[in-house]
Amino acid sequence: MNLVIVDYKAGNVQSVQFALERLGVQATLSSDAETIKAADKVIFPGVGQAASAMAQLKARNLDKLLPTLEQPFFGVCLGMQLLCQHSEEGDTDLLNIIPLPVKHFETELKVPHMGWNQIENLRTPLFQSINEQEYVYYVHSYYVPVSEYTIAQTSYPEPFSAALQYKNFYAAQFHPEKSGAAGSQILKNFLAL
Amino acid sequence: MLTKRIIPCLDIKDGRTVKGIQFENIRDAGDPVELAKWYAEQGADELVFLDITATNEDRKTFAHLVRDIARHIDIPFTVGGGIGSVADVEVLLQNGADKVSINSSAIKNPQLVEELARHFGSQCVTVAIDTKYKEDTGWKVYTRAGTVETELSTVDWAKQVVDLGAGEILLTSMNNDGTKAGFALDITGEVARAVSVPVIASGGAGSMAHFAEAFLQANADAALAASLFHFRELGVPELKQYLKEQGIAVRV
Repeated sequence: MNLVIVDYKAGNVQSVQFALERLGVQATLSSDAETIKAADKVIFPGVGQAASAMAQLKARNLDKLLPTLEQPFFGVCLGMQLLCQHSEEGDTDLLNIIPLPVKHFETELKVPHMGWNQIENLRTPLFQSINEQEYVYYVHSYYVPVSEYTIAQTSYPEPFSAALQYKNFYAAQFHPEKSGAAGSQILKNFLAL
Repeated sequence: MLTKRIIPCLDIKDGRTVKGIQFENIRDAGDPVELAKWYAEQGADELVFLDITATNEDRKTFAHLVRDIARHIDIPFTVGGGIGSVADVEVLLQNGADKVSINSSAIKNPQLVEELARHFGSQCVTVAIDTKYKEDTGWKVYTRAGTVETELSTVDWAKQVVDLGAGEILLTSMNNDGTKAGFALDITGEVARAVSVPVIASGGAGSMAHFAEAFLQANADAALAASLFHFRELGVPELKQYLKEQGIAVRV
């Protein structure tokens, strides 16, 4: 399988690549449009700040390319948020693939939402063999509300989108590459889509 | 529900874990990667690696080690020790570290916290604070591995670094560290109430009840210990089972 991780200098690209290696899968890191287009599957990681990540995507013309992709696509953490319409983080226009907003946590609880929390209402083959209430690792200050595209949710304290699906675009707010055995299974499930 | 985190801390010197750690079922307990894998299997929620060497040559060894750890473990980890610049952090994150912890360099140059948060995001910037209580001074911040007292009040400093962009506070009480008499509940609770980001309690863990106190009384978000785990006085699985029975949300 030709698996490409989008490398745009705003991702925890290395961690995702290592997690795939542990599954025995070699992935190519690339920001090249032709390489990404030719991939069987694409993983789109991201950490850091929305506006600077968008700037990095634009500098590589990836903001035009990514919405046109048709193969199974998996956005992780900031990589999920970037697929949405607009983020309150730096009042940033995003890739606008999934028509949803990204909001800042307004809660008495600690922000960032950091640590292991549970996922529930699991849908789609992405969560094959994953139990309801499974723990996954999160670290983020912005979230996507629950919507018709939500395929898993977590509460902090209100429910938000733990994962999304829109056509071929799958995405997770948590870090499957840092979520132990459950995270590995979710990555494996994506590879099997 | 978001769970409280249990974090073993490993001191690294010349790419090896220090202290005479003895474990069955581990081929080489001096090998940080072997030990990290073992802790991950035991249910540790996160790991902290502190580089206690100082030369540039050793720093390179540490970066290689970080890459090796990232390659083999599937839980998050923080690295600290001697980090003084954006470039230092870039190397560690590129090698697969999830977070970095800075201490003395933030005291020397508070703007570093802001720079790191801007470059890499708050989520990967942990500020470690060494604090010590004396009757005449109250809880003051100490620098240079706890050897030099500063003018900074602990709560004020914690608030300041959070305003600058720190995403987490690792608070070590020097009064409690090594005593096994329990965490410093008063200052931990004060800091946890004063800041909006997660606080890791550190220093003084000696029993399972101490962890429960840190979570229930001081409202810490995570608790860190080193020798207690390394010398197998306490196992992560039994600790988590105990905490669960106390009604504390933990990942088991």
